[in-house]
Amino acid sequence: MAGKGRGVAAFTFNIEALGIGRGSMPEARVGPSPLFPSTDFKPVPLKAGEDEDYMLALKQEMRGTMQQLPHNIKPQSNKSEVERYTERYLKKSQIEDEDWTPDWNLFPKELMPQTKKPRAKAGTKKKPVKISRKETEAMLSKLDALAKNDDRNPEKSDDETEKKPGNEEEEEVEAEEYDEEDIEEENDYIDSYFDNGEDFAADSDDNMDGEATY
Amino acid sequence: MTAQEVRLCGLLLREHFGEVVEKVGTQLLRSGAQNLRTIIHETGLSVDLVKKSLMVLVQHGACLFSSGRKGPGSPTEYRSGCDRILRILRYPRYIYTAKTLYGDTGELIIEELLQRGHMTMSGTVKTVADRLTQNMEEGRSMDYSEVSSAFSKLVETHFLQRCPPLAGAGTADSTNPAPGATPATPSTPSAPPTPESFPDCYKVPHMTLVGRGKRQLTAEDGEDQRNAKRQKMDPEAHGDEGIYWQVNFERFHLHFRDQAIISAVANKLDQTSSEIVRTMLRMSEVTTSPAATCTKPLSANEIFRSLPASYNIPRPILDQYLTLLVDDPMEFVGKAGESGGGMYVVNLHRALANLARATLESVVQERFGSRSARIFRLLLRKRHLEQKQVEDFAMIPAKEAKDMLYTLLSQNLVQLQEIPKTPDYAPSRTFYLYTVNQLPTARMLLQNCYKTVANLIERRLFESKESKRLLEKSQRIEAILASLQASGAEPEQLTEVEEMITAPEKQQLDGLRLHINKLDSAENQVDETIFLLESYVNSTATSTS
Repeated sequence: MAGKGRGVAAFTFNIEALGIGRGSMPEARVGPSPLFPSTDFKPVPLKAGEDEDYMLALKQEMRGTMQQLPHNIKPQSNKSEVERYTERYLKKSQIEDEDWTPDWNLFPKELMPQTKKPRAKAGTKKKPVKISRKETEAMLSKLDALAKNDDRNPEKSDDETEKKPGNEEEEEVEAEEYDEEDIEEENDYIDSYFDNGEDFAADSDDNMDGEATY
Repeated sequence: MTAQEVRLCGLLLREHFGEVVEKVGTQLLRSGAQNLRTIIHETGLSVDLVKKSLMVLVQHGACLFSSGRKGPGSPTEYRSGCDRILRILRYPRYIYTAKTLYGDTGELIIEELLQRGHMTMSGTVKTVADRLTQNMEEGRSMDYSEVSSAFSKLVETHFLQRCPPLAGAGTADSTNPAPGATPATPSTPSAPPTPESFPDCYKVPHMTLVGRGKRQLTAEDGEDQRNAKRQKMDPEAHGDEGIYWQVNFERFHLHFRDQAIISAVANKLDQTSSEIVRTMLRMSEVTTSPAATCTKPLSANEIFRSLPASYNIPRPILDQYLTLLVDDPMEFVGKAGESGGGMYVVNLHRALANLARATLESVVQERFGSRSARIFRLLLRKRHLEQKQVEDFAMIPAKEAKDMLYTLLSQNLVQLQEIPKTPDYAPSRTFYLYTVNQLPTARMLLQNCYKTVANLIERRLFESKESKRLLEKSQRIEAILASLQASGAEPEQLTEVEEMITAPEKQQLDGLRLHINKLDSAENQVDETIFLLESYVNSTATSTS
């Protein structure tokens, strides 16, 4: 229905019922709302007191400590050949002697590292996860100011490595084979799904059709 | 698992466990239960890293695993929940509470357990004793038995509990004589058994551990000795192998809730009434279940007998106080009968609802002004009002009331309810009523809080990254200073090293520290609001189910 004149907004209902007059419409939007709109009311200042200060100190300490525990897993970055002077001081502050030896009873078997078969990938696969992060960094960066740790840790980890596989040999081998086959195949089919007894890759032509159609 | 929660969890994981665990964690949070292969494929990380991250998450209770859905033979599935990871925000509060209740020993025990996820009792006792010995003066050391007794006290009051033994996925033996619940889990991939469903949850194991804490020598020389000692100490068994303990967050939350109620009563009424409520809550600690709506009824006689000795108020005054508490519109205390001089209960859920309502009101007041807050409170109390009625009741001129209402409406704090007179919903013949729904509004504000904390963390990381070079330099200088001091250097050398940082750099560093402290402190305080709103939302969920 046309309103009183062109260009004036026409509503299908009696606008006075809502209590708004025609003149009090808000302006039309000209663009997206600002990212940091100015607020009329500033926020209340933070509580400050002994309790809060103590909890602040606790929080920062805890953050610092947790970043140095072996739980904190760092991505394997490509370290430069020359170790920077800064890093020498920073590395010293790592909690080095805390090798994390989890109780395997609490974790599913598949999370255990594979200690038996040598893998083609980086040597980290061979050593169990118990080795502290220092080992990994040492291997990556050639200059290792803390080579003395290398001497101690392999002795200890070798002892424990020999004990573990001795105890859980059978189950571990099964878990390993299961995982290895999956990962090496790089597709979504688990090998045991097709238990036709034939080697999957050998029968090239017939089976390839079934695999490639998607 | 909203987007804000996932973002905040990711940031918390990154800060405490590193970026690798963050990737794996957010993948689990976003996509639900998955098995190992899917996680490896989706995150694109190496197998080794994914396995380690999963172990870290399981260690800290952030991730649960169970046998797959297709039956006992399928690969284990891992799932993760936001709640546990969001608790990381509250760690300082837990540690501080333990300190106020059980002193330094308790504080360190809780701190160690929070940092490590779960540990055996002997491991905890040894580490804590060593740390305490560190801080004592020369020649004194902390006895293990003191630490053990503190540990037992924490277990008795349920602040610590045993980790539930492994359910399903592949272990031979469970160390707890749990009632046959464990083998039956593969068929029911429903909620894993809570730690409390095992009868030995709070039983302290018999442990043979005698000795004193060992003082750690200076870093350089102590390394060799410490490692040698550790190799010697490891083979000892203390009779509690396989029994792991974790912090019982629910118990801490109950404690915080009680504290919030008591301080609210103290603010509204006076100190004596808050003492009365504290006594009532203390008496009902053991008899009230965590999800109870109100405490068990307590008679006025019992309350009178259990009041602390320093508050010797006469009996009639106590009765008057109780009547006042019952009549108060906050409804913290209710009357449940007349026997024994009057039976009184503390209404827990209603108290939480009122505290949440006060939080909402104060949020509106701080963001939109006290007149908007008046409108908001009006709508909370009167439920549904028309535009005209709002103006009249709030005693605000029409134009301004309109503006405020529409601002609140656009921010979704106020909703519009249509009541049609005719079936065709014609606007001229429909009533439009404004209303406020407390629960959805509380949820919305809770999500805002998560977003706030995530923004605070991001800003803090940004600030540190900007000044990374400066921070590293100052760290290096501190390390040099420390080593110089330890080896006994002259004051001139020390001042020379200190001057390596120029004055403007010092200023910049101070400013940076101030900002970071402010942001950290803000996170802690937003977490208090989060706790209130979460407790309120959870209490309504349990009462309606």
